[in-house]
Amino acid sequence: MIPRVPPSANQDKIISVHGVKFVYNGGVQALAGIDIDIRRGDYLAIVGGNGSGKTTLAKNMNGLLRPTNGSVTINGVSTSEQTVAELAKVIGYAFQNPDHQLFCSSVVEEVRFGPLNLGYPEAEVAKKTEMSIEAMGLSSVKDQPPFSLTLGERRRVSIASVMAMDPQVFILDEPTTGLDARETDDLMEGVDRLNLDGRTVVLITHDMKLVAKHAKRVVVMSEGRIVLDSDPRGVFTDLELLLRSKLIPPPVAQLAHRLSSLGVPRDVISPEELVFHLMSGRGALE
Amino acid sequence: MRALDLRNVRFRYRGSEAAALDNVSLEVEKGEFVTLLGSNGSGKSTICMLSNGLIPHALPGDLQGKTEIFGFDVKEHSVAEFSTKVGIVFQEPESQLFCMSVEEEVAFGPENLAVPREELRERVEWALELVGMKGYNDRSPFSLSGGQKQRVAIAAALSMRPAMLVLDEPAYALDPVGRVELYQVLIELKEQHGMTVLLAECDSEEAAKYSDKVALMKDGRVVSFGKPRDVLGDPERLRSLGIMPPQVSEVSALLKERLDGSYFSFISVDEAERSINEMFTNRKRGSKP
Repeated sequence: MIPRVPPSANQDKIISVHGVKFVYNGGVQALAGIDIDIRRGDYLAIVGGNGSGKTTLAKNMNGLLRPTNGSVTINGVSTSEQTVAELAKVIGYAFQNPDHQLFCSSVVEEVRFGPLNLGYPEAEVAKKTEMSIEAMGLSSVKDQPPFSLTLGERRRVSIASVMAMDPQVFILDEPTTGLDARETDDLMEGVDRLNLDGRTVVLITHDMKLVAKHAKRVVVMSEGRIVLDSDPRGVFTDLELLLRSKLIPPPVAQLAHRLSSLGVPRDVISPEELVFHLMSGRGALE
Repeated sequence: MRALDLRNVRFRYRGSEAAALDNVSLEVEKGEFVTLLGSNGSGKSTICMLSNGLIPHALPGDLQGKTEIFGFDVKEHSVAEFSTKVGIVFQEPESQLFCMSVEEEVAFGPENLAVPREELRERVEWALELVGMKGYNDRSPFSLSGGQKQRVAIAAALSMRPAMLVLDEPAYALDPVGRVELYQVLIELKEQHGMTVLLAECDSEEAAKYSDKVALMKDGRVVSFGKPRDVLGDPERLRSLGIMPPQVSEVSALLKERLDGSYFSFISVDEAERSINEMFTNRKRGSKP
């Protein structure tokens, strides 16, 4: 018999990854032993260099891949006991390249597809579809074919189609790659709102400015391992560790490090904070 | 004679109604590092493809005005003729790598020019060394990391011994360290080998750090062209153009607001450190009775 974990211990854990190793066919080990709990309402960024195992970890969380060793449990149930379709109700996953998941002739059709397949009644499907399209700011293009849209819009369609299945967790793989400033802001506004509404968000990225601005918890990966699990403030203070993980803190954090003689703390992550510390240090001197 | 000289250029892709370039004038001097900065759809890629003749020869459309590449009119010469003058590298290295080994990939261009065997070998070694990929000759390009693939794509362009390298968002999928390594290769090419570099980017951080000049683009037009500190210092304006401003320029703008006057105008971390230190240390000293 499988020993049961008392429900109370698991209460706010949605995803529990335990001792997970993953080896691809052909022998490349992408995950070398991962332990992490993701809690309800987390806004987590998984960061790390190209090839550090970020996407492999994400795919182990939604059942697209099953761990070679160790276990992944979703709400206390192992992914190996659930189908990808069952997991899709809980874990939504938006691919790095939105074109890998878009195939319908209009945005509405695309977004309807998920809830329809999960067997929701028509009224519910229509409601979820409309809400998701609205939330991702796609109302004006809802009858257009996804392939006629810009990359930024296609990314939002892919997130809307995940959203329509009403998952508890959104895993977004490099959602802002290739987007310009405005497209990034539009998309992240929608993502922030998901988290505010209580949904768990897992953001895979190597954009450090994005992490500093949006995430509440940051996991750094390097060579298939988690080397740091911290709030965004803590992450950018360890330059050595970041560099080893192919990461570089955002410019404002770099600047804060160099201004410590002026009383600027090393864990500053926004321009506003940096200026606040400079001004208050100055006030104290005068 | 300039590396690239655009005079009142207008271009409309065949089948499209909107102009991709709308009265663009741009001068790139030999040996300069110029960044085209703009949101998606602003016309950056169109200029890249015009600068080696892909436009109008491979991507037809209505081209007006004057485009000269090292003094040659783009309309009067073929892409093949420009291929020994201008090397081009695209966003996704996968879209231009297709050989079984790194060496074949890098040798492909000059091999097609019937360059003699011995020289071909020299060119391959030279190009791989420049991009920091020496010794990777026999590796499959597809076994490499994103950053390494991009550097092989650059080596493949370099083996044609071009005088100008054109890169369309080459760093977009790279991790932060991969980005730095890529830009270091470009700077070395410029400084040690006099290479002209023309680069399209969405993010302004690297443009602020490495470019001699920056062209801000919007809706097919160049709306500003000049030294980074002259065109990248106003975060509000950059945002209105859909461009992410250098993060420290926001510190600069906030300080300007709080402390009267124009003490602060910086766009790079180095400059910011220097001018903040100067300002606050002076104030500290000055404020003591």
